[in-house]
Amino acid sequence: MTDRLVDAAADRLFAGQVTPPLHAAAEAGTFPEALWRAVAEAGFAEALAAGAGLAGLPEAVAILRAAGRRAAPLPLAEAMLARWSLGAAGTDLPPQAVLTLAPVEIDERVAAERLANGWRLRGALSFVPWARAATHLVLVAAGGLFLLPAAGLAPRHDRNLAGEPRDHLALDAVAERLSLAAGRDPALLYPLGALCRAAQMAGALEGALALATQYANDRVQFGRPIGKLQAIQQQLAQMAEAAAAAGVAVDAAAAHIAAGGDAAFAAAIAKIRAGEAAGKAAEIAHQVHGAIGFTHEHPLHRLTRRLWSWRDEFGNEGFWALALGRRMAAQGAEAFWPAMTA
Amino acid sequence: MTASFRFDPIALPPDCERLRGEVRAFLEAEASAGGWRPHGGDFGSRHSPEFSRRLGARGWIGMTWPRRYGGGERSFLERYVVTEELLVAGAPVAAHWIADRQSGPLLLRFGSEEQRQRLLPGICRGEIFFCIGMSEPDSGSDLASIRTRAVPVAGGWEVTGAKLWTSHAKRAHYMIALVRTAPAGEDRHAGLSQLVIDLSAPGLSIRPIRNLAGDTDFNEVVFDKVFVPSAMLVGEAGEGWRQVTSELAFERSGPERFLSTIRLLIELVRRLGADPEPRAAAALGRLAAHLWTLRRMSLSVAGMLQAGATPNLEAALVKDLGNAFEREIPEVVRLVAPGRRRAGANDALEELLAEAVLNAPSFTLRGGTREILRGIIARGLGLR
Repeated sequence: MTDRLVDAAADRLFAGQVTPPLHAAAEAGTFPEALWRAVAEAGFAEALAAGAGLAGLPEAVAILRAAGRRAAPLPLAEAMLARWSLGAAGTDLPPQAVLTLAPVEIDERVAAERLANGWRLRGALSFVPWARAATHLVLVAAGGLFLLPAAGLAPRHDRNLAGEPRDHLALDAVAERLSLAAGRDPALLYPLGALCRAAQMAGALEGALALATQYANDRVQFGRPIGKLQAIQQQLAQMAEAAAAAGVAVDAAAAHIAAGGDAAFAAAIAKIRAGEAAGKAAEIAHQVHGAIGFTHEHPLHRLTRRLWSWRDEFGNEGFWALALGRRMAAQGAEAFWPAMTA
Repeated sequence: MTASFRFDPIALPPDCERLRGEVRAFLEAEASAGGWRPHGGDFGSRHSPEFSRRLGARGWIGMTWPRRYGGGERSFLERYVVTEELLVAGAPVAAHWIADRQSGPLLLRFGSEEQRQRLLPGICRGEIFFCIGMSEPDSGSDLASIRTRAVPVAGGWEVTGAKLWTSHAKRAHYMIALVRTAPAGEDRHAGLSQLVIDLSAPGLSIRPIRNLAGDTDFNEVVFDKVFVPSAMLVGEAGEGWRQVTSELAFERSGPERFLSTIRLLIELVRRLGADPEPRAAAALGRLAAHLWTLRRMSLSVAGMLQAGATPNLEAALVKDLGNAFEREIPEVVRLVAPGRRRAGANDALEELLAEAVLNAPSFTLRGGTREILRGIIARGLGLR
């Protein structure tokens, strides 16, 4: 399937099933089992793992974008990344298994100590996405990969600004070290996580732009739709620019990496661009919506609270700009333009 | 929920990268043979008919046009690679730029066979240069309000009026002018036509205008009963508006809409050295991310043009974002470049920075102002 067809298929699924009651239940703490089953049956969680190397990335990104557009409250990016990192070791897991991964904070490490019967893994892990709902946890420690059943991990519940589960773990467990699948370096999980969040943001930006445009055409003030006012038009044009740039950055980064390009480089670009777009677009979306957009009743916050959360997860645009800038500087002036066209 | 804009992903085929290598080698040879000093803020300020002729000899003008008119029948993507490499090198491209980007494609689309045979081969050789005649003293963004008139006379038209902000008019051979050939009725876009006007025609005078940066690249062109043969009408009389708007995607989406200050950015990388302080490194990383993204957006539009689409909305998105980017570069450089001081005329970074600051106001004016572009985008979103 082309990525555009994948996007259309995923969009249909999420548009049909991600309803206001589902959002309300998810925020109240109920994992959306039926939606997750539908997503698993569609094979979405395996989109990234399915291809050789990172060939599945454009398709995975298209699905995440569709999920982001509807603010689907699921650990889909996490499951995609976990299944990709496991490679063949993950094929025994049932399709509906809820996988997440840790650590997701760049400065956290899990201590791994070799025992006779495996490895003892200890560490404090923060903001683990959906840990309370997970059936399995993929853990990166000592450069290796471990798969743990999530039962008994006793996560301390926490949440991001969007109310998505981000839980804390005091880990002390014993597990087998998995042999790494070729080309599936656990060190890539962080930049790939950043790209996944960027893809979700690109989708949420499209969703918020659609809401804001619709609202500007519907809302009448001064005797006409506010969308006829140049002040509103100019703002929505800038919002469209932000959404367009984020979408292109994400698609191009995914294509670049799938073709063998450097993942940290392209993911940095996508996360910087989408993160910056998120802040700007959310601000405009709320300004255009006025007070009704500031209420819990109106759906806009399901998208904007996610934009504000996702831009800070897996490294915000400041973190990645520093990393990318250091890299460009180290390569020198003559290498700058060639790096842009490579 | 379908977005009103779309940017199809595009991958440059391998032959484009071979071509890029050829262009880079050509530019290095040109630079070592005397070369040029790149401009810090205006891709169109370095004008060299000799350079344009050498470029034409390589087949790098009119690259996408049919061979029977002197073109190379190559793809828009190949042309894209050539233009971006020329811009990044700061090469003196002004002489042929408008003819290659805009006038030639317009003639191919709407021009007569006679016009094509007479004008296109010379453009491709880098010998015939064009300028654009759209703005007027009383018509800037409101292009439909132009008052330069062409009245029918025996064998052609008689043109009276004035065009403004015409870059390099003094050094160009022809102008494609938008003129009023019939009064505006209910539809103010009706009654407009495009004429190819020989800039050496009697009754035509060109007055250079000094800009705030001290340059005199642009001009006022005054027409006092200038005769234009009927064979020089482009397309249909009265169809000028539709024809002009079809040029816009070409005019607005190219790499020149975000690369005006690229030399300054590259000079900043040189000045920062291998291990810059964090604030400077982060600023550089952010600009690099924007540039990489803008280039992909612009390439995507080139791909859609190649496919025969008219992506005017996408082109407006690229231009407005691109102009903001090229405008931001000097603002970043002045704050993060280390060791800045007035080093006199010999400091490369300071010279490029001064040119960028002084020329920046023009970025968001030329080729469609920011406000007009955002109006186009808003309409494309379904507002209005």
